[in-house]
Amino acid sequence: MDFHYTSFLLSVVVASTPLLLAAAGELVAERAGVLNLGVEGMMLVSAVIAFAVAVTTGSSTLGILAGVSAGVLTSLIFAVLTLSFLSNQVATGLALTIFGTGLSALIGKAYVGMVVKRLPQIHVPGLSDIPFFGPVFFGQDVLVYLSFALVCAIYWFLFKTHAGLVLRAVGDSHDAAHAIGFPVIKIRYLAVMFGGGMAGLAGAYMAIAYNTSWSEGMTAGRGWIALALVVFATWRPFWLVVGAYLFGSIMYLSLYIQGFGVHIPSQFISALPYASTVVVLVAISRDRKRIRLNAPASLGKTFHAAG
Amino acid sequence: MMNRRNFNKLLGAGLVTAAAPKIVTPALAEDVLKVGFVYFGPVGDFGWTYQHDVGRMDIVKKFGDKVKTTYVENVPESADAERVIANLAAKGHKLIFTTSFGYMDPTIKAAKRFPKTYFEHCAGYKLASNVSVYEARFYEGRYVQGVIAGMMSKTGVAGYIASIPIPEVIMGMNAFLLGMRSVNPAAKLKFIMVNTWYDPGKEGDAAKALIDQGCDIVTQHTDSTAPLQVYAQRGIKGFGEATDMLKFAPGAQLTASVNNWGPYYVKRVQDVLDGTWKSANTWGGLASGMLEMAPYHNMPDNVIAAAKATEEGIKSGKIVIFKGPLKDQKGIAKSTEGVVLDDGSISSMDWLVEGVVGDLPK
Repeated sequence: MDFHYTSFLLSVVVASTPLLLAAAGELVAERAGVLNLGVEGMMLVSAVIAFAVAVTTGSSTLGILAGVSAGVLTSLIFAVLTLSFLSNQVATGLALTIFGTGLSALIGKAYVGMVVKRLPQIHVPGLSDIPFFGPVFFGQDVLVYLSFALVCAIYWFLFKTHAGLVLRAVGDSHDAAHAIGFPVIKIRYLAVMFGGGMAGLAGAYMAIAYNTSWSEGMTAGRGWIALALVVFATWRPFWLVVGAYLFGSIMYLSLYIQGFGVHIPSQFISALPYASTVVVLVAISRDRKRIRLNAPASLGKTFHAAG
Repeated sequence: MMNRRNFNKLLGAGLVTAAAPKIVTPALAEDVLKVGFVYFGPVGDFGWTYQHDVGRMDIVKKFGDKVKTTYVENVPESADAERVIANLAAKGHKLIFTTSFGYMDPTIKAAKRFPKTYFEHCAGYKLASNVSVYEARFYEGRYVQGVIAGMMSKTGVAGYIASIPIPEVIMGMNAFLLGMRSVNPAAKLKFIMVNTWYDPGKEGDAAKALIDQGCDIVTQHTDSTAPLQVYAQRGIKGFGEATDMLKFAPGAQLTASVNNWGPYYVKRVQDVLDGTWKSANTWGGLASGMLEMAPYHNMPDNVIAAAKATEEGIKSGKIVIFKGPLKDQKGIAKSTEGVVLDDGSISSMDWLVEGVVGDLPK
């Protein structure tokens, strides 16, 4: 049986990148103590906006920028409700996903059936032509490289800067941070908006790189997988890369192995990415020390400034 | 016209009518026939649902003010379907088209509650005095596609993105490979079951996976245009599904099996207007015009000629697709020399012909 390693790996990279982008954004929001379950909704709204702008203007760059803006704006809805009006984060996040699904379908109505040019792959003369390694490492589109750069930047910010330390402090104990005088609400606003922007990038990637058309519900649960990835990585940025590529591979592999005529029921294979999410989460949750060391202690808790 | 927002209103209204004593809606104008459509996907899927909506618009064009059509899209194949169907009937729709296999039992149940309403269910097999079923012989188009694939494929291996393992899908795969083997007896067919009718991301991934495994012609029995776009990106050829998708991949679509529901829909509406509607089981193919092949592109002239000849052969009955000898994957004879499978055996097909790689889920 012939196996095309290069194109296989290329497909895995494309499947993993939106997971990595969305999860990286959510990681920052959660490190600040905010659990935003609206990732799927934010991704969908961003995807449709990015697509609409890319189709109308013919520019992928403008499409990506519009997607990011849409993600930030959608996350602001969540931020205002949970941080200013102190609504429950879990319920609001779920509502945001449902809202985003409907809103994106409504906006997307006019754009169904249109096709946009795929985000171009960068070609580095010489390097991209190296067999096997060339196309995988030097032939990707700009968002793939950006996803890695952003993960490094997030790591540097969270663990090597003062601002990152403050953000983590807010996530670990908002009362203590508040008592010292840090602006808890403001920091959380910024973290949530960053998460929204990253979900926006992921959505834009879905619409103009992963696919080249808009269709309702096109993210197909990737926002939820991204949420699970943050736990999988136990809130550590570099582990996100491992998780995202693991899940990206499983998502792609689940289809790939069918073509080999493997004797496994296809329904089982289709459920594999989601089932493995559950299994991995259970396995990780058993390691309580690891969770306690890394999980933001104030995660999901409403902050009352009165205290 | 009905979209999601109005659909919610409709559901809301349904709840109200269920709770309160029956509200008699003032009859609009007695002579306007209200026709309802229940769609599985969004109208804009540019595949299955889109093509049903084209049929609906044919009704509008033909009858103008004499009919009023309503559609509800994105209706899941669950208990919700029965509610939506019953609601349409309660709102005075005399004729209701339910356009997905999974609406079969909901349609039958709703039909019992509204014996004076006529129902038309697509792709099912359960009939009642006020329920008709209709379906196109999609497998005829698959055979034509197979002949083209047999002549065009260099690797001799074609790929098939299958949705779910039901006879309608299985007969399509079998017909495709039989067509392919009619020109290349050593041809093989690989398939991936994606377990969904509509998930562009997954359909696209399945296309990539098949191409990565050496398939140089791929076809799909799913509803979105994503696979075709992947064929174009990867520089291989393939087919459109349910509707002519040429504009999505001008350099990659060879042809498409186009479901042409319009004439049937117009006829059934006419029947209701004339008072001659009767429950019927319609299974129309290329000959009846319920199925059409989109214009042939991206292939040499001799392949076009062969495809057209195949199309004509099927129409005239000269080519019979499921005619013995037929063997399944294990080499067990399913039909002996010259014996033709009847419609019953075709519509309950649960085995794959020799040369298909991979097992059906048990």
